[in-house]
Amino acid sequence: MSAVVFRRNGWRARSHPAYWAFVTHRLSGLLLTAFLPVHFLVLAQALNGPAALDSVLRWTEQPLVRFVEWTVVALLAIHLIGGLRLLAIEWLPRHGWRNSRRSLAVGAVLLVALGFALALSPEST
Amino acid sequence: MSSDRTLEVSVWRGDVAGRFAAYRVPRHANQTVLDVVIHIQRELDPTLSYRFACRVGVCGSCAMTVNGIARWTCRTHVNKVAADGRLELAPLAHLPVIRDLVTDLRPFFDKWARAGGRFQGKTTRHDPLAVVRPDAPERRVVDAAIECIGCAVCYASCDLVAWRPDYLGPAALNRAWTLVNDARDGARAERLAAVAGDAGCHACHTQMGCSKRCPKHLSPTVSIAGLKRLTARAAWSGAL
Amino acid sequence: MTEARRQTLLWLAQRASAAVLAVCVTAHLATIFYVAREHLGAAEILDRTRGSWMLAMFYAVFVVAAAVHAPLGVRAICEEWLGWRGRPLDRATLVAAALLLAPGLGAVWAVFA
Repeated sequence: MSAVVFRRNGWRARSHPAYWAFVTHRLSGLLLTAFLPVHFLVLAQALNGPAALDSVLRWTEQPLVRFVEWTVVALLAIHLIGGLRLLAIEWLPRHGWRNSRRSLAVGAVLLVALGFALALSPEST
Repeated sequence: MSSDRTLEVSVWRGDVAGRFAAYRVPRHANQTVLDVVIHIQRELDPTLSYRFACRVGVCGSCAMTVNGIARWTCRTHVNKVAADGRLELAPLAHLPVIRDLVTDLRPFFDKWARAGGRFQGKTTRHDPLAVVRPDAPERRVVDAAIECIGCAVCYASCDLVAWRPDYLGPAALNRAWTLVNDARDGARAERLAAVAGDAGCHACHTQMGCSKRCPKHLSPTVSIAGLKRLTARAAWSGAL
Repeated sequence: MTEARRQTLLWLAQRASAAVLAVCVTAHLATIFYVAREHLGAAEILDRTRGSWMLAMFYAVFVVAAAVHAPLGVRAICEEWLGWRGRPLDRATLVAAALLLAPGLGAVWAVFA
């Protein structure tokens, strides 16, 4: 019953902004889901007192870890903005969201604004 | 390398396990992809199977995959899609391939029916005529989505159709939306039950391939979002 | 309960938890920026968080919303990209929720209690 009886689309059919938004949203969500348990376990170190948490926090000052951290923050911002776009498309019918370019422009503007906020807050290293 | 006067055309031959065959077709200044297909079948290879009817963009029969994207071949100018003189023609995606460029649209229309795509009136011929104001909000919503002619380009352009075999698809859901908003229709509760869930509107992830590729510039995305809102409210209130 | 109703309610839970997370994530991002800008260490952070019931409740809600939202998102991926269906899928979703809820609430306890 599950024999392939039809042809499927390739990258040419998927080359448009709303599809990229979908892929970005899905992949960022997946990566964040993988990150969360790690985050929780690190925080649980606080149970062992500030000294234990401090030693973990010192480990996180390594450049690679810093990079991963800010990547996670970026993924969070991206997933948030993408999610707000979806909530708007689904729940705000009167705003003409049929034009995916328009909704993506709003999403992009919000993302850039968030990026400025990110850039303007100095990192610890 | 093709000259300005010819097109190198790759055409799918056989069933879903077939292959592309190459043809060389004269190129003209004003030429649609349908012209190219007709030329191949009439002048080069009479065994090629394909569909068309009106050839002027009102019937949707000529829908197929052109350079990887679902289009109406009668309304696709060669100059728009074959800048480098190459064309690749394949049958529509997500439908069983009967032969060459012809697909079986029965799954598409079966899902149309399963989504409740048939109007069911509440009155009889003995009742007064229904009055539906064209500027009523619900009618505006219906008018924005009513022009669908069931060509299956949206169905072929949606990944969820491939990923979820039960998914009713954008056209069926779009039609259901027009009926749910039809003031004369009497089957609202059944319709919402038919379109709710993972086989219905909730499978849509707003990829918007449907809205992008619809040759009539409809937006099933908007219709499906409307169904999401209605079914959510119905589930919340216990009506669903 | 019909499948249609169940799946509609799951979708609604996804969207509702998304709305809650939108608020929580924004607040959390602002907090992260503040902590980074002020170069706060562990002792300073714990000073501000320990015993704060308001913050504890906020982050508990955050964890619960994430434990609803993320598993449902991963569930869709498993259905659509891996072809999973039925009971194995439901079980995997519940396991994912548990794997987020337990460590998450444990972290809230560790930081705020």
